[in-house]
Amino acid sequence: MLEVHGLSVAHGAIEAVKDVSFTVAEGQIVCLVGANGAGKTTTLRTISGLLRPVRGEIVFQGRPIHRLPAHAVLAAGIAHCPEGRRLFTGLTVEENLLLGAHLRRDRQIEPDLSRVYDLFPVLGERRTERAGLFSGGEQQMVAIGRAMMARPKLVMFDEPTMGLSPIMIQRIMDTLALLRDQGTTILMVEQNALAALTLADHGHVVDLGRTTLQGPGEHLLADPRIREAYLG
Amino acid sequence: MATLAQQIVNGLVLGALIGLIALGYTMVYGIVQLINFAHGEVFMVGAFGAHFISLYVLPEGVPWYAALPVMFLAAVAVSVVVAMAMERLAYRPLRGAHTLAPLITALGVSILLQEVVRVFYPGATAPLPFPRAFPDGSLAVGPVTVLWTGVLALTVAPLLGAAVHLYVERSRLGRAMRATAQDADAARLMGIDTDRVTLATFVIGGVLAGVGAVLYGIHYTQIDTAIGFQNGIFAFTAAVLGGIGSIRGAMLGALCLGLVKSLAGQYAWGGAQYDYVWVFALLILVLMFRPQGFLGRPERVRA
Repeated sequence: MLEVHGLSVAHGAIEAVKDVSFTVAEGQIVCLVGANGAGKTTTLRTISGLLRPVRGEIVFQGRPIHRLPAHAVLAAGIAHCPEGRRLFTGLTVEENLLLGAHLRRDRQIEPDLSRVYDLFPVLGERRTERAGLFSGGEQQMVAIGRAMMARPKLVMFDEPTMGLSPIMIQRIMDTLALLRDQGTTILMVEQNALAALTLADHGHVVDLGRTTLQGPGEHLLADPRIREAYLG
Repeated sequence: MATLAQQIVNGLVLGALIGLIALGYTMVYGIVQLINFAHGEVFMVGAFGAHFISLYVLPEGVPWYAALPVMFLAAVAVSVVVAMAMERLAYRPLRGAHTLAPLITALGVSILLQEVVRVFYPGATAPLPFPRAFPDGSLAVGPVTVLWTGVLALTVAPLLGAAVHLYVERSRLGRAMRATAQDADAARLMGIDTDRVTLATFVIGGVLAGVGAVLYGIHYTQIDTAIGFQNGIFAFTAAVLGGIGSIRGAMLGALCLGLVKSLAGQYAWGGAQYDYVWVFALLILVLMFRPQGFLGRPERVRA
């Protein structure tokens, strides 16, 4: 569904991502794991169209997208739930969710809003409150809901469990599994390699800007090199 | 008492007109964090656009109620085109550059526009009388007299300010504007074309400046190439007083500024020649004790 070939991205003179390749098959949860600074976030930002690659290509459903602006990438079906959530904290929960549906002109926006509120009742109860007033876990729910409001075919989650309690981490991971079961393909970046690889159908270890290892999640979990480097 | 009331009214009229310009400053700053110092010139070219259509295009003897709408349209058209051109040609290529680059460019665009009008507009090397496109005379409220043109300004400016506020709070584009103002990258991830949002903001600023230019011309009866700079500085000050980025703040700051200028000119030491001093003294005081302005939010460091 998504193919990344030989992707290199530079921040100024420094190549933050070097020759990264991986594929995401439809209906899977694929996880990029790797240490801080390995270029995972940069990879996602490039897929979204926020950054331009210096080399390589990104193909989504058979169509190259690495030259498209961010709004065209979303229109093609890729939503991005960014690192640190990046909610519009001064806007209400409902406004944040509606912004997720910004490109849509159909009549299913209201029902989709109700679906998000069914999934996360706390958001429905406090829909008119400013998003900045919510706890970290609740804000992550808003961020997930906001990404879903675009009705994407593929969602990218960048560190969705960062800073959350173990109970909340489990809740978020369960939600991602639910989304996958409902037919959404997921590409995620996660420091919490144990939780991520347990969930993932396929993992890619990105190290120093290169994909060094790849395989099904449980295989990577069992790999001694991964255990040593990321799982302690 | 009569003088005081009269000066309050004069101050409010000036404030209402400045407010229309201040909205352009504050909205553009909110979206792209640029102080568009050339925004005063967007106002100035609007006044000349209205002057041109009235003097050279409209046949003589057109009644005011027919001429005025045409002048508003001409002023808005010229202001909007100039505002769009400066965003597209001068500022967009600098997006992502160091903040000093667009700021200095804005100053350059300001000087360029002033000089182009001064050199090429017939007679613009001296102040030009503005067409009398509104009934002369005034409304008397007790001891206070308000020119009809002042009544018009006091009616139109708050209505337009309220309309802009509602538009930004309620409409789809307004929501996209608020999102872009808060976090442009996150807005792009929502599918918002931030270039289009920015251009739309310049267009709204141009509409308000164009309307303000005609109101200004018929009220103060003459225009020159410096009105943009002069009123632009006042409008920028008003926007900062009210809290830059805040729409209600810009209107509030402008009314305050108008009142201070008018009352200080009447009562304070130095008289009307020193009224600027009190305006900027107020600005300094506000910046010392409430740097975010009346309605602005304190600057926070973004994640």
